[in-house]
Amino acid sequence: MNRFLLFAMRRRTIATALALLVLVGTIALVATWRPSIAPIAIPKVSAFTQASVERGAVLAKLGDCAVCHTSEGGAPLAGGRPLATPFGTLFATNITPDRQTGIGVWSRAAFIRAMRDGVRRDGAHLYPALPYEHFTHVTDEDLGDLYAFLMTRRPVRATPPPNRLIFPLGFRPLLAGWKLLFLQKGQVKSDPTKTAEWNRGAYLAEGLGHYAACHSPRNLAGGEERARAYAGGVAEGWRAPALDASNPAARRWTQEALYTFLRTGISPDHSAAAGPMAPVVESLSTVPEEDVQAIATYFASKLGGGSPVAPGRVVERTALAAAAEPAGAVLFAGACAGCHGVGAPMTAQQRPSLALSSDLRDADPTNAIQSVLQGIEPPVAGRGPKMPPFAASLTDTQVAATLAYARARYTDRAAWPKLAKTVRKARREGTQP
Amino acid sequence: MTITVSVNGQVQRLEADPATPLLYVLREDLGLNGAKYGCGLGQCGACTVQIDGKAAFSCVTPLAAVEGREVRTVEGLGTIDRMNPLQQAFVEEQAAQCGYCIAGMIMRAQALLDINPTPSDAEIRSHMQPNLCRCGTHMRILRAIRRASGQAA
Repeated sequence: MNRFLLFAMRRRTIATALALLVLVGTIALVATWRPSIAPIAIPKVSAFTQASVERGAVLAKLGDCAVCHTSEGGAPLAGGRPLATPFGTLFATNITPDRQTGIGVWSRAAFIRAMRDGVRRDGAHLYPALPYEHFTHVTDEDLGDLYAFLMTRRPVRATPPPNRLIFPLGFRPLLAGWKLLFLQKGQVKSDPTKTAEWNRGAYLAEGLGHYAACHSPRNLAGGEERARAYAGGVAEGWRAPALDASNPAARRWTQEALYTFLRTGISPDHSAAAGPMAPVVESLSTVPEEDVQAIATYFASKLGGGSPVAPGRVVERTALAAAAEPAGAVLFAGACAGCHGVGAPMTAQQRPSLALSSDLRDADPTNAIQSVLQGIEPPVAGRGPKMPPFAASLTDTQVAATLAYARARYTDRAAWPKLAKTVRKARREGTQP
Repeated sequence: MTITVSVNGQVQRLEADPATPLLYVLREDLGLNGAKYGCGLGQCGACTVQIDGKAAFSCVTPLAAVEGREVRTVEGLGTIDRMNPLQQAFVEEQAAQCGYCIAGMIMRAQALLDINPTPSDAEIRSHMQPNLCRCGTHMRILRAIRRASGQAA
Protein backbone atom coordinates (compact mmCIF):
# COMPACT_ATOMS: atom_id res chain seq x y z
CA MET A 1 0.00 0.00 0.00
CA ASN A 2 1.49 3.34 -0.92
CA ARG A 3 2.07 6.03 1.57
CA PHE A 4 -0.58 8.39 0.11
CA LEU A 5 -3.35 5.82 0.42
CA LEU A 6 -2.36 5.05 3.99
CA PHE A 7 -2.49 8.74 4.84
CA ALA A 8 -5.93 9.19 3.23
CA MET A 9 -7.29 6.20 5.13
CA ARG A 10 -5.89 7.44 8.36
CA ARG A 11 -7.48 10.82 7.71
CA ARG A 12 -10.84 9.20 7.12
CA THR A 13 -10.52 7.21 10.33
CA ILE A 14 -9.68 10.34 12.28
CA ALA A 15 -12.64 12.20 10.75
CA THR A 16 -15.01 9.34 11.62
CA ALA A 17 -13.67 9.17 15.15
CA LEU A 18 -14.09 12.92 15.58
CA ALA A 19 -17.67 12.84 14.30
CA LEU A 20 -18.45 9.96 16.61
CA LEU A 21 -16.92 11.81 19.54
CA VAL A 22 -19.02 14.92 18.84
CA LEU A 23 -22.16 12.76 18.55
CA VAL A 24 -21.45 10.87 21.80
CA GLY A 25 -20.55 14.15 23.45
CA THR A 26 -23.82 15.77 22.41
CA ILE A 27 -25.88 12.79 23.56
CA ALA A 28 -23.96 12.77 26.84
CA LEU A 29 -24.51 16.49 27.38
CA VAL A 30 -28.23 16.14 26.72
CA ALA A 31 -28.44 13.11 28.97
CA THR A 32 -26.48 14.73 31.77
CA TRP A 33 -28.19 18.11 31.66
CA ARG A 34 -30.24 18.93 34.74
CA PRO A 35 -32.55 21.92 35.04
CA SER A 36 -32.04 24.76 37.47
CA ILE A 37 -34.58 24.91 40.30
CA ALA A 38 -35.96 28.42 40.80
CA PRO A 39 -34.57 30.35 43.77
CA ILE A 40 -36.95 31.01 46.65
CA ALA A 41 -37.22 33.79 49.19
CA ILE A 42 -35.23 32.75 52.28
CA PRO A 43 -37.74 30.87 54.45
CA LYS A 44 -38.60 32.37 57.82
CA VAL A 45 -37.79 30.37 60.93
CA SER A 46 -41.53 30.16 61.57
CA ALA A 47 -41.90 28.16 58.34
CA PHE A 48 -40.55 25.13 60.21
CA THR A 49 -41.85 23.38 63.31
CA GLN A 50 -39.64 23.26 66.37
CA ALA A 51 -39.89 19.45 66.40
CA SER A 52 -38.69 19.22 62.81
CA VAL A 53 -35.68 21.48 63.49
CA GLU A 54 -34.79 19.41 66.55
CA ARG A 55 -34.98 16.14 64.62
CA GLY A 56 -32.88 17.76 61.89
CA ALA A 57 -30.20 18.73 64.44
CA VAL A 58 -29.84 15.07 65.46
CA LEU A 59 -29.77 13.93 61.82
CA ALA A 60 -27.05 16.49 61.05
CA LYS A 61 -24.96 14.93 63.83
CA LEU A 62 -25.64 11.41 62.55
CA GLY A 63 -24.57 12.53 59.07
CA ASP A 64 -21.55 14.48 60.38
CA CYS A 65 -22.46 17.45 58.15
CA ALA A 66 -20.49 19.97 60.22
CA VAL A 67 -17.33 17.84 60.22
CA CYS A 68 -16.68 18.40 56.50
CA HIS A 69 -18.59 21.67 56.05
CA THR A 70 -16.70 23.61 58.74
CA SER A 71 -13.16 24.88 58.21
CA GLU A 72 -10.62 24.88 61.03
CA GLY A 73 -11.57 27.74 63.31
CA GLY A 74 -14.34 28.77 60.89
CA ALA A 75 -18.06 29.33 61.42
CA PRO A 76 -20.08 26.09 61.66
CA LEU A 77 -21.39 24.79 58.31
CA ALA A 78 -19.91 27.75 56.38
CA GLY A 79 -17.63 25.44 54.35
CA GLY A 80 -14.05 25.94 53.18
CA ARG A 81 -12.55 22.81 54.66
CA PRO A 82 -10.17 21.09 52.22
CA LEU A 83 -10.61 17.43 51.35
CA ALA A 84 -7.55 15.88 49.74
CA THR A 85 -8.42 13.12 47.26
CA PRO A 86 -6.34 11.20 44.69
CA PHE A 87 -7.96 13.52 42.12
CA GLY A 88 -7.04 16.81 43.73
CA THR A 89 -8.30 18.94 46.60
CA LEU A 90 -11.98 19.79 46.99
CA PHE A 91 -13.28 22.50 49.31
CA ALA A 92 -16.52 21.98 51.21
CA THR A 93 -19.36 24.34 50.32
CA ASN A 94 -21.19 26.79 52.55
CA ILE A 95 -24.45 25.16 53.68
CA THR A 96 -25.67 27.98 55.90
CA PRO A 97 -28.79 29.76 54.55
CA ASP A 98 -26.86 32.75 53.16
CA ARG A 99 -28.50 34.17 50.03
CA GLN A 100 -25.38 34.62 47.88
CA THR A 101 -22.82 32.16 49.18
CA GLY A 102 -24.89 29.49 50.95
CA ILE A 103 -28.11 27.60 50.33
CA GLY A 104 -30.47 30.42 51.38
CA VAL A 105 -32.45 30.40 48.14
CA TRP A 106 -32.63 26.62 47.86
CA SER A 107 -36.12 25.16 48.03
CA ARG A 108 -36.80 21.93 49.89
CA ALA A 109 -37.01 20.20 46.49
CA ALA A 110 -33.61 21.59 45.47
CA PHE A 111 -32.08 20.38 48.74
CA ILE A 112 -33.58 16.92 48.39
CA ARG A 113 -32.34 16.69 44.78
CA ALA A 114 -28.80 17.60 45.90
CA MET A 115 -28.84 14.88 48.56
CA ARG A 116 -30.49 12.24 46.35
CA ASP A 117 -29.01 12.94 42.91
CA GLY A 118 -25.92 15.04 43.66
CA VAL A 119 -27.16 18.01 41.64
CA ARG A 120 -26.75 21.63 42.71
CA ARG A 121 -29.73 24.01 42.68
CA ASP A 122 -28.46 25.57 39.44
CA GLY A 123 -28.35 22.13 37.78
CA ALA A 124 -24.59 21.51 37.97
CA HIS A 125 -23.42 18.08 39.10
CA LEU A 126 -21.85 17.82 42.55
CA TYR A 127 -18.65 15.90 43.27
CA PRO A 128 -19.15 12.66 45.21
CA ALA A 129 -17.11 14.14 48.06
CA LEU A 130 -20.70 14.80 49.11
CA PRO A 131 -21.53 11.13 49.66
CA TYR A 132 -24.85 11.23 47.82
CA GLU A 133 -24.50 7.56 46.91
CA HIS A 134 -25.42 7.13 50.61
CA PHE A 135 -27.62 10.16 51.20
CA THR A 136 -29.79 8.97 48.31
CA HIS A 137 -31.15 6.29 50.68
CA VAL A 138 -32.47 8.80 53.24
CA THR A 139 -36.25 9.21 53.52
CA ASP A 140 -38.06 12.36 52.38
CA GLU A 141 -39.14 13.00 55.95
CA ASP A 142 -35.57 12.92 57.32
CA LEU A 143 -34.26 15.07 54.47
CA GLY A 144 -37.07 17.55 55.19
CA ASP A 145 -36.04 17.73 58.85
CA LEU A 146 -32.41 18.18 57.88
CA TYR A 147 -33.47 21.00 55.55
CA ALA A 148 -35.43 22.60 58.40
CA PHE A 149 -32.36 22.46 60.62
CA LEU A 150 -29.98 23.94 58.03
CA MET A 151 -32.36 26.71 56.95
CA THR A 152 -32.80 27.88 60.54
CA ARG A 153 -29.04 28.29 61.17
CA ARG A 154 -27.40 31.70 61.21
CA PRO A 155 -26.50 32.67 57.63
CA VAL A 156 -22.77 33.20 57.10
CA ARG A 157 -21.32 34.95 54.05
CA ALA A 158 -18.36 32.80 53.04
CA THR A 159 -17.14 31.52 49.69
CA PRO A 160 -14.89 28.45 49.76
CA PRO A 161 -11.63 28.51 47.76
CA PRO A 162 -11.96 27.06 44.24
CA ASN A 163 -11.38 23.30 43.91
CA ARG A 164 -7.96 22.20 42.70
CA LEU A 165 -8.60 19.13 40.55
CA ILE A 166 -6.52 17.31 37.98
CA PHE A 167 -7.56 17.85 34.34
CA PRO A 168 -10.29 17.26 33.10
CA LEU A 169 -12.22 16.67 36.31
CA GLY A 170 -13.08 20.35 36.65
CA PHE A 171 -15.65 19.64 33.90
CA ARG A 172 -18.70 18.72 35.95
CA PRO A 173 -20.83 17.01 33.25
CA LEU A 174 -18.32 14.13 33.49
CA LEU A 175 -19.81 13.40 36.89
CA ALA A 176 -22.97 12.17 35.19
CA GLY A 177 -20.92 9.24 33.91
CA TRP A 178 -19.63 8.57 37.41
CA LYS A 179 -23.17 8.53 38.75
CA LEU A 180 -24.26 6.14 35.99
CA LEU A 181 -21.67 3.71 37.32
CA PHE A 182 -21.84 4.25 41.07
CA LEU A 183 -25.06 5.99 42.14
CA GLN A 184 -27.64 3.38 43.05
CA LYS A 185 -30.78 5.11 44.19
CA GLY A 186 -33.60 3.74 46.31
CA GLN A 187 -34.12 3.01 49.96
CA VAL A 188 -32.03 0.70 52.14
CA LYS A 189 -33.76 -2.68 51.86
CA SER A 190 -35.05 -3.78 55.21
CA ASP A 191 -34.26 -7.34 56.23
CA PRO A 192 -37.32 -9.01 57.78
CA THR A 193 -35.13 -11.73 59.34
CA LYS A 194 -33.36 -9.10 61.46
CA THR A 195 -34.60 -7.07 64.44
CA ALA A 196 -36.07 -3.57 64.14
CA GLU A 197 -32.95 -2.26 65.89
CA TRP A 198 -30.67 -3.88 63.31
CA ASN A 199 -32.75 -2.42 60.47
CA ARG A 200 -32.65 1.02 62.06
CA GLY A 201 -28.86 0.66 62.32
CA ALA A 202 -28.63 -0.36 58.66
CA TYR A 203 -30.71 2.68 57.62
CA LEU A 204 -28.54 5.07 59.65
CA ALA A 205 -25.22 3.49 58.64
CA GLU A 206 -25.89 3.06 54.93
CA GLY A 207 -27.72 6.37 54.59
CA LEU A 208 -26.81 9.52 56.50
CA GLY A 209 -23.95 7.93 58.44
CA HIS A 210 -22.18 7.03 55.14
CA TYR A 211 -19.74 4.79 57.02
CA ALA A 212 -18.80 2.87 53.88
CA ALA A 213 -17.52 6.10 52.34
CA CYS A 214 -14.42 5.75 54.54
CA HIS A 215 -14.45 2.08 55.54
CA SER A 216 -14.79 0.56 52.05
CA PRO A 217 -12.01 0.36 49.46
CA ARG A 218 -12.44 2.52 46.37
CA ASN A 219 -11.65 1.68 42.76
CA LEU A 220 -9.55 3.78 40.37
CA ALA A 221 -12.56 5.95 39.50
CA GLY A 222 -13.10 6.73 43.20
CA GLY A 223 -16.23 4.59 43.45
CA GLU A 224 -16.79 2.31 46.43
CA GLU A 225 -16.12 -1.33 45.69
CA ARG A 226 -19.52 -2.70 46.65
CA ALA A 227 -18.39 -6.31 46.36
CA ARG A 228 -15.81 -5.58 49.07
CA ALA A 229 -17.97 -3.32 51.24
CA TYR A 230 -16.39 -2.55 54.63
CA ALA A 231 -13.11 -4.29 53.74
CA GLY A 232 -11.30 -1.13 54.92
CA GLY A 233 -10.51 2.16 53.21
CA VAL A 234 -8.53 5.35 53.65
CA ALA A 235 -9.34 8.76 55.15
CA GLU A 236 -7.04 11.77 55.33
CA GLY A 237 -3.80 9.81 55.55
CA TRP A 238 -5.29 7.32 58.05
CA ARG A 239 -6.67 3.86 57.42
CA ALA A 240 -10.37 3.31 58.06
CA PRO A 241 -10.23 -0.23 59.47
CA ALA A 242 -12.18 -3.11 57.98
CA LEU A 243 -15.63 -3.48 59.53
CA ASP A 244 -16.14 -7.00 58.17
CA ALA A 245 -14.80 -10.40 59.23
CA SER A 246 -11.27 -9.32 58.26
CA ASN A 247 -11.12 -6.77 61.12
CA PRO A 248 -7.80 -7.36 62.92
CA ALA A 249 -9.08 -6.93 66.51
CA ALA A 250 -7.64 -9.27 69.15
CA ARG A 251 -11.06 -9.57 70.78
CA ARG A 252 -14.17 -9.63 68.65
CA TRP A 253 -16.16 -6.42 68.56
CA THR A 254 -19.38 -7.07 70.45
CA GLN A 255 -22.40 -4.79 70.29
CA GLU A 256 -21.59 -3.52 73.80
CA ALA A 257 -17.96 -2.79 72.97
CA LEU A 258 -18.95 -0.97 69.77
CA TYR A 259 -21.53 1.09 71.61
CA THR A 260 -18.99 2.17 74.26
CA PHE A 261 -16.39 2.94 71.60
CA LEU A 262 -18.75 5.00 69.43
CA ARG A 263 -20.15 6.87 72.41
CA THR A 264 -16.92 7.59 74.34
CA GLY A 265 -14.03 7.09 71.89
CA ILE A 266 -12.49 4.18 73.76
CA SER A 267 -13.25 0.55 74.48
CA PRO A 268 -11.39 -1.24 77.29
CA ASP A 269 -11.23 -4.35 75.07
CA HIS A 270 -9.85 -2.58 72.02
CA SER A 271 -8.33 0.87 71.67
CA ALA A 272 -9.03 4.55 71.18
CA ALA A 273 -10.66 6.44 68.33
CA ALA A 274 -8.04 8.53 66.54
CA GLY A 275 -7.61 10.70 63.46
CA PRO A 276 -10.76 11.32 61.39
CA MET A 277 -12.77 8.97 63.65
CA ALA A 278 -12.61 11.47 66.53
CA PRO A 279 -15.20 13.89 65.08
CA VAL A 280 -17.51 10.93 64.39
CA VAL A 281 -17.34 9.95 68.05
CA GLU A 282 -17.89 13.55 69.09
CA SER A 283 -21.10 13.62 67.04
CA LEU A 284 -22.30 10.26 68.33
CA SER A 285 -21.65 11.27 71.94
CA THR A 286 -24.66 13.59 71.84
CA VAL A 287 -27.29 11.84 69.67
CA PRO A 288 -30.05 9.70 71.24
CA GLU A 289 -28.65 6.56 72.83
CA GLU A 290 -30.93 4.23 70.86
CA ASP A 291 -29.49 5.43 67.54
CA VAL A 292 -25.95 4.57 68.64
CA GLN A 293 -27.18 1.22 70.00
CA ALA A 294 -28.74 0.51 66.59
CA ILE A 295 -25.54 1.39 64.71
CA ALA A 296 -23.54 -0.81 67.11
CA THR A 297 -25.99 -3.68 66.56
CA TYR A 298 -25.67 -3.38 62.78
CA PHE A 299 -21.87 -3.37 62.72
CA ALA A 300 -21.50 -6.06 65.39
CA SER A 301 -23.31 -8.37 62.95
CA LYS A 302 -20.81 -7.54 60.19
CA LEU A 303 -17.62 -7.75 62.23
CA GLY A 304 -15.95 -11.08 62.81
CA GLY A 305 -12.40 -12.02 63.63
CA GLY A 306 -10.67 -12.00 66.97
CA SER A 307 -11.47 -14.10 69.98
CA PRO A 308 -15.24 -14.22 70.49
CA VAL A 309 -14.99 -14.27 74.27
CA ALA A 310 -12.95 -12.10 76.61
CA PRO A 311 -10.24 -12.24 77.75
CA GLY A 312 -9.05 -13.86 74.54
CA ARG A 313 -5.39 -14.16 73.76
CA VAL A 314 -3.13 -11.38 75.01
CA VAL A 315 0.32 -11.53 73.49
CA GLU A 316 3.34 -10.14 75.35
CA ARG A 317 6.73 -11.35 74.13
CA THR A 318 9.10 -8.87 75.73
CA ALA A 319 12.35 -10.86 75.51
CA LEU A 320 11.78 -11.99 71.96
CA ALA A 321 10.95 -8.45 70.83
CA ALA A 322 13.99 -6.95 72.58
CA ALA A 323 16.25 -9.47 70.86
CA ALA A 324 14.70 -8.83 67.45
CA GLU A 325 14.49 -5.03 67.69
CA PRO A 326 17.06 -3.75 70.22
CA ALA A 327 16.99 -0.13 68.98
CA GLY A 328 13.19 -0.12 69.14
CA ALA A 329 13.27 -1.58 72.65
CA VAL A 330 15.35 1.37 73.91
CA LEU A 331 13.10 3.94 72.23
CA PHE A 332 9.96 2.22 73.50
CA ALA A 333 11.33 2.23 77.05
CA GLY A 334 12.02 5.97 76.92
CA ALA A 335 9.06 7.18 74.85
CA CYS A 336 6.18 4.73 75.37
CA ALA A 337 6.62 2.70 78.54
CA GLY A 338 5.74 5.61 80.84
CA CYS A 339 2.13 5.09 79.75
CA HIS A 340 1.99 1.71 78.01
CA GLY A 341 4.49 -0.24 80.12
CA VAL A 342 3.77 -2.78 82.83
CA GLY A 343 2.30 -1.07 85.90
CA ALA A 344 2.02 2.37 84.23
CA PRO A 345 -0.77 4.64 85.56
CA MET A 346 -2.77 4.21 82.36
CA THR A 347 -3.12 0.47 82.93
CA ALA A 348 -4.70 1.18 86.32
CA GLN A 349 -7.38 3.26 84.57
CA GLN A 350 -8.68 0.25 82.61
CA ARG A 351 -7.04 1.54 79.45
CA PRO A 352 -6.46 -1.30 76.98
CA SER A 353 -3.10 -3.01 76.66
CA LEU A 354 -1.27 -2.49 73.37
CA ALA A 355 -1.80 -6.22 72.81
CA LEU A 356 -5.47 -5.37 72.17
CA SER A 357 -4.70 -2.63 69.67
CA SER A 358 -6.03 -3.40 66.20
CA ASP A 359 -3.53 -0.92 64.80
CA LEU A 360 -0.54 -3.03 65.86
CA ARG A 361 -2.20 -6.20 64.51
CA ASP A 362 -3.33 -4.74 61.18
CA ALA A 363 -1.41 -5.81 58.08
CA ASP A 364 -1.31 -2.11 57.20
CA PRO A 365 0.84 -0.08 59.66
CA THR A 366 -0.65 3.31 58.69
CA ASN A 367 -2.75 3.91 61.80
CA ALA A 368 -0.05 2.77 64.20
CA ILE A 369 2.31 5.22 62.48
CA GLN A 370 -0.14 8.13 62.44
CA SER A 371 -1.04 7.61 66.12
CA VAL A 372 2.65 7.88 67.02
CA LEU A 373 3.32 10.85 64.71
CA GLN A 374 0.17 12.86 65.39
CA GLY A 375 -0.89 11.52 68.78
CA ILE A 376 -4.49 11.17 69.87
CA GLU A 377 -6.71 14.01 71.02
CA PRO A 378 -9.69 13.28 73.28
CA PRO A 379 -12.59 13.04 70.81
CA VAL A 380 -15.09 14.40 73.29
CA ALA A 381 -13.65 17.63 74.70
CA GLY A 382 -12.25 17.29 78.17
CA ARG A 383 -12.48 13.53 78.49
CA GLY A 384 -11.19 10.43 76.83
CA PRO A 385 -7.79 9.19 75.80
CA LYS A 386 -4.94 11.57 74.95
CA MET A 387 -1.58 10.61 73.51
CA PRO A 388 1.17 13.12 72.78
CA PRO A 389 2.45 13.43 69.20
CA PHE A 390 5.98 12.17 68.54
CA ALA A 391 6.47 13.71 65.09
CA ALA A 392 8.99 16.25 66.43
CA SER A 393 10.88 13.97 68.79
CA LEU A 394 11.28 10.79 66.71
CA THR A 395 12.72 10.53 63.20
CA ASP A 396 11.12 8.26 60.58
CA THR A 397 13.73 5.58 61.26
CA GLN A 398 13.09 5.82 65.01
CA VAL A 399 9.30 5.61 64.61
CA ALA A 400 9.81 2.53 62.44
CA ALA A 401 12.12 0.91 65.02
CA THR A 402 9.71 1.66 67.88
CA LEU A 403 6.74 0.22 66.02
CA ALA A 404 8.67 -2.83 64.81
CA TYR A 405 9.45 -3.54 68.47
CA ALA A 406 5.85 -2.95 69.59
CA ARG A 407 4.52 -5.25 66.86
CA ALA A 408 6.98 -7.98 67.84
CA ARG A 409 6.20 -7.57 71.54
CA TYR A 410 2.41 -7.31 71.48
CA THR A 411 1.35 -9.37 68.45
CA ASP A 412 2.18 -12.69 66.87
CA ARG A 413 2.08 -11.22 63.37
CA ALA A 414 4.96 -11.05 60.92
CA ALA A 415 7.07 -7.87 60.90
CA TRP A 416 5.80 -5.04 58.67
CA PRO A 417 7.95 -4.86 55.52
CA LYS A 418 9.64 -1.58 54.48
CA LEU A 419 8.36 0.17 57.57
CA ALA A 420 10.66 3.24 57.51
CA LYS A 421 9.53 3.97 53.94
CA THR A 422 5.88 3.74 54.99
CA VAL A 423 6.56 6.10 57.91
CA ARG A 424 8.08 8.63 55.53
CA LYS A 425 4.99 8.43 53.29
CA ALA A 426 2.58 8.63 56.23
CA ARG A 427 4.33 11.69 57.63
CA ARG A 428 3.92 13.41 54.25
CA GLU A 429 0.24 12.49 53.91
CA GLY A 430 -0.59 13.31 57.51
CA THR A 431 0.64 16.87 57.22
CA GLN A 432 -1.13 17.67 53.94
CA PRO A 433 -4.20 19.91 54.03
CA MET B 1 27.06 3.97 76.60
CA THR B 2 28.22 7.29 75.12
CA ILE B 3 25.73 9.36 73.16
CA THR B 4 26.67 12.50 71.24
CA VAL B 5 24.11 15.31 71.18
CA SER B 6 24.31 18.98 70.30
CA VAL B 7 22.69 21.09 73.02
CA ASN B 8 22.38 24.85 72.43
CA GLY B 9 25.09 24.62 69.80
CA GLN B 10 27.58 22.73 71.97
CA VAL B 11 28.43 19.11 71.26
CA GLN B 12 27.96 17.00 74.39
CA ARG B 13 29.20 13.46 74.87
CA LEU B 14 26.93 11.91 77.45
CA GLU B 15 27.38 8.74 79.47
CA ALA B 16 23.85 7.53 80.16
CA ASP B 17 21.33 4.78 79.60
CA PRO B 18 20.04 5.56 76.07
CA ALA B 19 16.43 5.10 77.26
CA THR B 20 16.77 7.96 79.79
CA PRO B 21 14.34 10.78 79.06
CA LEU B 22 16.13 13.78 77.55
CA LEU B 23 14.62 15.97 80.30
CA TYR B 24 16.54 14.12 83.03
CA VAL B 25 19.79 14.39 81.12
CA LEU B 26 19.31 18.13 80.54
CA ARG B 27 18.55 18.85 84.18
CA GLU B 28 20.76 16.37 86.00
CA ASP B 29 23.76 15.87 83.73
CA LEU B 30 23.96 19.26 82.03
CA GLY B 31 22.51 21.49 84.77
CA LEU B 32 20.04 23.06 82.36
CA ASN B 33 17.08 23.52 84.70
CA GLY B 34 14.84 25.62 82.45
CA ALA B 35 12.76 22.69 81.19
CA LYS B 36 10.58 21.37 84.02
CA TYR B 37 9.16 18.02 85.02
CA GLY B 38 5.37 18.44 84.98
CA CYS B 39 3.46 15.24 84.27
CA GLY B 40 6.15 13.04 82.78
CA LEU B 41 3.62 11.80 80.23
CA GLY B 42 3.82 14.39 77.45
CA GLN B 43 0.49 15.91 78.46
CA CYS B 44 1.35 19.31 80.00
CA GLY B 45 4.25 20.83 78.05
CA ALA B 46 6.37 22.04 81.02
CA CYS B 47 9.29 20.02 79.61
CA THR B 48 9.09 21.47 76.09
CA VAL B 49 12.40 21.99 74.27
CA GLN B 50 13.23 22.20 70.58
CA ILE B 51 14.62 19.28 68.62
CA ASP B 52 15.87 20.26 65.16
CA GLY B 53 13.83 23.46 65.50
CA LYS B 54 10.53 21.80 66.43
CA ALA B 55 8.87 21.90 69.86
CA ALA B 56 8.97 18.49 71.53
CA PHE B 57 8.21 17.01 74.97
CA SER B 58 11.63 16.18 76.46
CA CYS B 59 10.04 13.96 79.16
CA VAL B 60 8.94 11.36 76.59
CA THR B 61 11.95 11.72 74.29
CA PRO B 62 14.59 9.09 74.99
CA LEU B 63 18.20 10.25 74.86
CA ALA B 64 18.80 7.73 72.07
CA ALA B 65 16.31 9.63 69.90
CA VAL B 66 18.37 12.84 69.86
CA GLU B 67 21.72 11.29 69.00
CA GLY B 68 23.32 13.51 66.36
CA ARG B 69 20.45 16.00 66.48
CA GLU B 70 20.22 19.63 67.64
CA VAL B 71 18.52 20.28 70.99
CA ARG B 72 17.72 23.84 72.05
CA THR B 73 16.55 24.84 75.53
CA VAL B 74 15.44 28.15 77.00
CA GLU B 75 19.04 28.67 78.14
CA GLY B 76 20.01 28.75 74.46
CA LEU B 77 17.82 31.77 73.70
CA GLY B 78 19.37 34.45 75.88
CA THR B 79 20.66 35.33 79.32
CA ILE B 80 19.17 37.43 82.12
CA ASP B 81 21.26 40.37 80.91
CA ARG B 82 20.70 39.75 77.22
CA MET B 83 17.26 38.27 76.76
CA ASN B 84 16.01 37.37 73.29
CA PRO B 85 12.95 39.35 72.06
CA LEU B 86 10.47 36.65 73.09
CA GLN B 87 11.89 36.38 76.61
CA GLN B 88 11.86 40.18 76.84
CA ALA B 89 8.21 40.22 75.77
CA PHE B 90 7.31 37.63 78.44
CA VAL B 91 8.89 39.93 81.05
CA GLU B 92 7.19 43.05 79.70
CA GLU B 93 3.79 41.38 79.69
CA GLN B 94 4.47 39.85 83.14
CA ALA B 95 3.37 36.58 81.60
CA ALA B 96 4.70 34.39 84.41
CA GLN B 97 2.83 33.84 87.64
CA CYS B 98 4.40 30.82 89.32
CA GLY B 99 6.62 30.43 86.26
CA TYR B 100 6.70 26.64 86.12
CA CYS B 101 5.27 26.38 82.59
CA ILE B 102 7.05 29.40 81.15
CA ALA B 103 10.27 27.83 79.81
CA GLY B 104 8.13 25.33 77.92
CA MET B 105 5.77 28.04 76.72
CA ILE B 106 8.68 30.13 75.43
CA MET B 107 10.30 27.21 73.61
CA ARG B 108 7.05 26.26 71.89
CA ALA B 109 6.27 29.87 70.96
CA GLN B 110 9.81 30.42 69.65
CA ALA B 111 9.43 27.37 67.38
CA LEU B 112 6.38 29.07 65.85
CA LEU B 113 8.02 32.49 65.46
CA ASP B 114 11.06 30.89 63.81
CA ILE B 115 8.94 29.65 60.91
CA ASN B 116 6.15 32.26 61.02
CA PRO B 117 7.35 35.64 62.37
CA THR B 118 3.86 37.24 62.31
CA PRO B 119 1.36 34.51 63.22
CA SER B 120 -2.35 35.28 63.46
CA ASP B 121 -4.11 35.00 66.80
CA ALA B 122 -5.74 31.75 65.66
CA GLU B 123 -2.35 30.35 64.62
CA ILE B 124 -0.83 31.24 68.01
CA ARG B 125 -3.71 29.64 69.91
CA SER B 126 -3.66 26.47 67.85
CA HIS B 127 0.14 26.18 68.08
CA MET B 128 0.24 26.74 71.87
CA GLN B 129 -2.61 24.31 72.54
CA PRO B 130 -0.40 21.45 73.88
CA ASN B 131 1.07 23.58 76.73
CA LEU B 132 -0.87 24.07 79.96
CA CYS B 133 -0.65 26.83 82.58
CA ARG B 134 -2.32 26.02 85.89
CA CYS B 135 -2.16 29.63 87.11
CA GLY B 136 -4.28 30.76 84.17
CA THR B 137 -1.99 33.41 82.66
CA HIS B 138 -2.87 32.33 79.13
CA MET B 139 -4.04 35.79 78.08
CA ARG B 140 -0.72 37.35 79.11
CA ILE B 141 1.22 34.57 77.40
CA LEU B 142 -0.74 35.21 74.19
CA ARG B 143 -0.05 38.94 74.53
CA ALA B 144 3.67 38.29 75.01
CA ILE B 145 3.85 36.19 71.85
CA ARG B 146 1.98 38.87 69.90
CA ARG B 147 4.34 41.52 71.28
CA ALA B 148 7.41 39.48 70.30
CA SER B 149 6.05 39.16 66.78
CA GLY B 150 5.92 42.96 66.54
CA GLN B 151 2.13 43.01 66.47
CA ALA B 152 -0.03 45.13 68.74
CA ALA B 153 -0.36 43.28 72.03
